[in-house]
Amino acid sequence: MSLRFLSAALACLVCTSARAGEIPPDQRRSGYELMSRETRAIQDDDTTNPGMLWVLDGEALWNRKAGTADRACAACHGDARTSMKGVAARYPAFDAALGRPVNLEQRINFCRTGRQKAPPLAFESRELLALTAYVARQSRDLPINIAIDARNKPFLDAGSEAFHRRQGQLNLACSQCHDDNWGKRLAGSLIPQAHPTGYPLYRLEWQGLGSLERRLRNCLIGIRAEPHAYGAPEFVDLELYLMWRANGMKVETPAVRP
Amino acid sequence: MTTRREFLVLAATSLAVPEAARAQLDPNLAANRKAAFQEALHGIVGDTQVRRGRVKLQLPPLIDNGNSVPFSVVVESPMTEADYVRAIHVLTEKNPLPDVVSVRLSPRAGRATLSTRVRLADTQTVTAIAQMSDGSFWSDSAEVVVTLSACLEEGLI
Amino acid sequence: MARAVVTMPAQAKRGEIVEIKTLAQHPMETGFRRTQTGELIPRDIIRRFTCTYNGVEVYRADLHPAIAANPLISFTTVASESGALTFQWTGDNSYTVTEIAPIRVE
Ligand code: HEC
Ligand code: HEC
Repeated sequence: MSLRFLSAALACLVCTSARAGEIPPDQRRSGYELMSRETRAIQDDDTTNPGMLWVLDGEALWNRKAGTADRACAACHGDARTSMKGVAARYPAFDAALGRPVNLEQRINFCRTGRQKAPPLAFESRELLALTAYVARQSRDLPINIAIDARNKPFLDAGSEAFHRRQGQLNLACSQCHDDNWGKRLAGSLIPQAHPTGYPLYRLEWQGLGSLERRLRNCLIGIRAEPHAYGAPEFVDLELYLMWRANGMKVETPAVRP
Repeated sequence: MTTRREFLVLAATSLAVPEAARAQLDPNLAANRKAAFQEALHGIVGDTQVRRGRVKLQLPPLIDNGNSVPFSVVVESPMTEADYVRAIHVLTEKNPLPDVVSVRLSPRAGRATLSTRVRLADTQTVTAIAQMSDGSFWSDSAEVVVTLSACLEEGLI
Repeated sequence: MARAVVTMPAQAKRGEIVEIKTLAQHPMETGFRRTQTGELIPRDIIRRFTCTYNGVEVYRADLHPAIAANPLISFTTVASESGALTFQWTGDNSYTVTEIAPIRVE
């Protein structure tokens, strides 16, 4: 299987890059548009989208008291449908205390530890995915809206640099696949443009819900690069760049992908 | 967390080996799977002849990932006390086990239908069999092309 | 957090055929997969799904490892009388989840 990936990736490198450089705004496509009709149907119907199981868990957690503060998210934030509307579309967002952007999972954990006085939830744990999916669900169909200012700019630039830099044993850049060769096949899969519109999402390959960082780890491992730890600054910078690159595209959480 | 070394170990397990490669390792695999399919079929229908028709199995011809392939079965039947569908069975030819699902129903279902999602280890034929209240068996089959095996593990794109 | 969701109409006309969609949260571990160190991961699946309508079984499904994770089962039943539909998923490791959905029939 690793051989298959290798040869497919190399073949992809050899195939002359029809396009090179950034994707013009009118040609941006969500991964949704590259999926089969059947997989799109799973995402479209809340009553059969398995990602909704996590969203419902998240709703239960939102209303459950936790920590030594003995407070639920709802105690401070009220109805998530109004208080969390549009929030996920702005993340990663700059955190003044840390002096750098944080992603939505990290932001939720700040409230867990700082406000609820509860231990942080592990990355990719059921609970953190469920809460993140529930919060992000409140932004569904809203446009991604990453505002860049002087404070964020250096992190955006670092993310952009990581996206365009060749890395791993296969010496490939994200952009070589996702900017230059999207729409082509790599082994069995179509290469998408890598817009993070639907996270956390239900990936058929995972048979469960996963975060954007989990997805990025899959791509890094695919090109034989050492994946960063969950929550690592390198990851958040890359997420910031990807979200900014998708500005204006609609949030799909919980999306479904192959 | 999967490190690169673990990933290589992972890729080397038989799980990640595609059907074609596995068939080379075990020349009896195809024959064994075929025998298992025949046995499962016999377990359902006994020596009764299975006729084609009355059953409609709907499967996408080409799918994105074998881990979750949506399908539906609809059986033509008035679903009255006198004439109804007693059971629907779904079998595969190349999965490690042939059985997928068996449904029992009565006239109270109103329609003889089932929609669910199946794992398909490879490009193969799926068969749906309905048992009518008069004891007769009817079936339909459909071929699905699986481009990416359901056996891929995390760590692969 | 074992969860299941049932989607069906809360009311119907007598004799109407109603559509029911169910989703259960479950990994449906096949028993054929191995861990990174090569050990077989034991089978852990939902074995049976039943739907009873005011105590009478109207639909039953026996599931095998080939059913995808987080199983969807969708089917129909005739709205015969007001009352409740009980959905139950049972499986390996004493997995049991029950959902009850009321229905008003006119
Ligand atoms: C004791 C009150 C309190 C509790 C409990 C609480 N939060 Fe918060 N939360 C806040 C406050 C105040 C802010 C904004 C100010 C800050 O913390 O920087 C905030 C900010 C947030 C934000 C960022 C919003 C934005 O516009 O960027 C998210 C997301 C969030 N909380 C989610 C949660 C979740 C999920 C929970 C439960 C696990 C939770 N909060 C529990 C008080 C609380
Ligand atoms: C060799 C080509 C290749 C390279 C290099 C690559 N990817 Fe991917 N990426 C893919 C393919 C193929 C998929 C879709 C996989 C699937 O559908 O199974 C994908 C999927 C994604 C997705 C998911 C998009 C969605 O719709 O949810 C994101 C995000 C992504 N890649 C980001 C990256 C980043 C960031 C990098 C660099 C660190 C990278 N990729 C490097 C091939 C590549």
